[in-house]
Amino acid sequence: MWYFIFRRTAGFVATLFVVSAVVFAVMNILPGDPALTILGLDATDDALAALREQLGLNQPVLARYVSWIWNALQGDFGISHSFRVPVSELIAERLPMTVSLAVAGMIFTLVIALSLGIGAAARHRKVGDWGVMFISQIGIAVPAFWLSMLLVLLFAVKLRWLPPGGFAGWSDPVAAMRSLVLPTIALGVVQSAVLARVTRSSALEVMRQDFVRTARASGLSRRRVLWRHVLPNALVPIVTIVGMQFAALVTGTIVIENVFYLPGLGRLIFQSISNRDLPTVQALVMLFAAIVVTANFVVDLLYVVIDPRLKART
Amino acid sequence: MSEFSRIFAATTVALGMGLSPLAAAADQIIIGLQQEPTTLDPTADATASIDGMMTMNVFEALTTVAENGEVQPNLATGWKISDDGLTYTFQLAQDVTFHDGTAFDADDVVFSFNRAMAEDSVNPSKSIFKPIESVTAIDPHTVEIKLSRKDAFFLFNMGQGDSAIVASESVDTNNTNPVGTGPFKFDSWTRGDRLTLVKNPDHRDAANVALDKVEFRFISDPSAATAAMMAEELDAFPGFPAPELLTQFEADPRFRVNIGSTEGEVILAMNNSKPPFDNIEVRRAVATAVNRDEIIEGAMYGQAVPIGSFYPPHGTAYVDLTDAYPHDTAKAKQMFTDAGVEGTTMTLRVPPFPYATRSAEIIQSELAAAGIDAKVENVEWGFWIDEIYKKKNYDMTIIAHTSPNDMGNFARGPDYFYGYDDATFNDLWGRIETETDPTRRDELLQEGQRFLTDQSVHVFLFQLPLLGVFKTSVEGYWSSAPVLYMPLKGVTNPG
Repeated sequence: MWYFIFRRTAGFVATLFVVSAVVFAVMNILPGDPALTILGLDATDDALAALREQLGLNQPVLARYVSWIWNALQGDFGISHSFRVPVSELIAERLPMTVSLAVAGMIFTLVIALSLGIGAAARHRKVGDWGVMFISQIGIAVPAFWLSMLLVLLFAVKLRWLPPGGFAGWSDPVAAMRSLVLPTIALGVVQSAVLARVTRSSALEVMRQDFVRTARASGLSRRRVLWRHVLPNALVPIVTIVGMQFAALVTGTIVIENVFYLPGLGRLIFQSISNRDLPTVQALVMLFAAIVVTANFVVDLLYVVIDPRLKART
Repeated sequence: MSEFSRIFAATTVALGMGLSPLAAAADQIIIGLQQEPTTLDPTADATASIDGMMTMNVFEALTTVAENGEVQPNLATGWKISDDGLTYTFQLAQDVTFHDGTAFDADDVVFSFNRAMAEDSVNPSKSIFKPIESVTAIDPHTVEIKLSRKDAFFLFNMGQGDSAIVASESVDTNNTNPVGTGPFKFDSWTRGDRLTLVKNPDHRDAANVALDKVEFRFISDPSAATAAMMAEELDAFPGFPAPELLTQFEADPRFRVNIGSTEGEVILAMNNSKPPFDNIEVRRAVATAVNRDEIIEGAMYGQAVPIGSFYPPHGTAYVDLTDAYPHDTAKAKQMFTDAGVEGTTMTLRVPPFPYATRSAEIIQSELAAAGIDAKVENVEWGFWIDEIYKKKNYDMTIIAHTSPNDMGNFARGPDYFYGYDDATFNDLWGRIETETDPTRRDELLQEGQRFLTDQSVHVFLFQLPLLGVFKTSVEGYWSSAPVLYMPLKGVTNPG
């Protein structure tokens, strides 16, 4: 077990290191000039030179990379080229928005997918099953940005039940939750459609096994067998998909935040790439990579919890 | 007091309030902006939305520019110009304070100009300060500015966000906490979401400011902008991003649509520094192949005014040159054949702006009809700035030049991305820049327009329109913008 954790931690560090090098290289190869982006098309050459000096763009690429790594190891992710404030401050401002959205999306996905998936498995080859399969097929096919527009048109423009976008923070919890409803649905529908299908097929597989028949034969109710015996045994593939989906949810916020004009990390990374704001892009990509790697790590740990037999294999 | 007199008194008070212009003192407005700012200092960043929110609202300058383009007094209440046109003596407004309470005087003006002109200055329009030789405080309310040469645009340029007057005490934090002398004070900013201004009760013109609170919301996606207006989350969207969606606002009695003009000339730029566009006949052939009306109809849904040269149609010196190269596909084809370029392939690299990408598709098919295979490459803005603007690595591109008085672009020499260098025009622009007599200057500007059209340096397509959507309660917004800012001083929104 300790060896496992050590191996994963080493892998985590190595992944982040590779990611940082790739982002730095790509951002430097990409055509673009942060100074010109800031000062615009009327800028004089000497003003551009002065700004490049201010931003530290005149140093060689390798020197900049080394000093970035050195500072990052000490927790200093530098000053944003375009916003001119510490990158850590930008991330701290926007993290609550994106985390709220991703967590709400995850909860929505789990609740919808598990109930639909298990429900469909219980009604295998009946109307309910076909209904779930049909709805989830549509859910998978619908692009998130299009669904977002439909939701806004219906619930914000037509019915006026919910705001069409924006997020003013958690100081007013009711307003914050209302702002999150539509983005959460838009973000979660595709994921819950996928997960519902996985849950259904995984549950069906378990239901064919002998111990389920034994449990039923020993007098347990259908419901109890489903939630107490089938679901826990069907969890391994579900957890695998959920782990992948959490990463997809975090990155999916990029699109959703743009459509609902939410001030989160997704919109920040979008804007920073256009502005060639290297320190901000670098830190954000590292953060997203760290989230994905951590999610995978947690999934691996969960396998062992769910199915102790897997311990031997780690 | 009898019952009658009490009612009478109450009615008088109510009537008095109703008649006073301050009755609408509780006005608020929520304004949608497409472009999100990264910093808030117009003297250090060219982002247009910084000017849009800050200039003449939070920051003021010596002069200001009215909706008709006329230069008016501002922090300078008046000025004297020496007979040789080289010395300007500005009288400054008295009893003005910055929003942090520090006093405004001549030293702040000297400080602001020296900062913009310094060697390490990062002012985005540093070139407008180039003719300035010295800035001196004569007394606390008088400033003398000496020029090294006459400058026709000097007073106009002194009324831009780039020449905003800032205080040495607050300049370092203007990026995130802008402190100016304007009719509105900066209140708060949630990056990526909203920015709030509140009325400055100490402003010298506060009695004429109706809005108590102004909130800007940043919405880049056109369909999200439409939904936000339709759901009445916003009161105004002065620079609406999608011309194709305007009809649904026009049909809705809750809204008013405004179609005005900007200083943005949209051009099909050709790289004059390399073949085939170093050949004037090829450039004229492209101008003949292109049909402006079709482009305006298809790319702008009819909402734009065609231009035949590099000057806005609302300007005083405008000459209509749109008929210089009448659209004629057969003739264009013959011209391409005569120049020996028929059937060649060229690239049309377009930046990610709807006016550009949509125009590109139409121009591509028009050129194809005339025998030229134009490959459209949609590039991202960072790429455009580096590859096209800086490295001149392009054949053709489409771009709007949004600054006022920018005909001088054609005199920026062979290194500018036009790749155009003509001694006659450089000389002409030199005369325009230094001509301080408005009538004579307009004549020269007309000569300039004719020259650029005759040389067919680029194909001049249309003037970028200012499309605005407002709730009917909102009044006083500029319908056209001769500068990059839109003052909120005269705007009312009684709700």
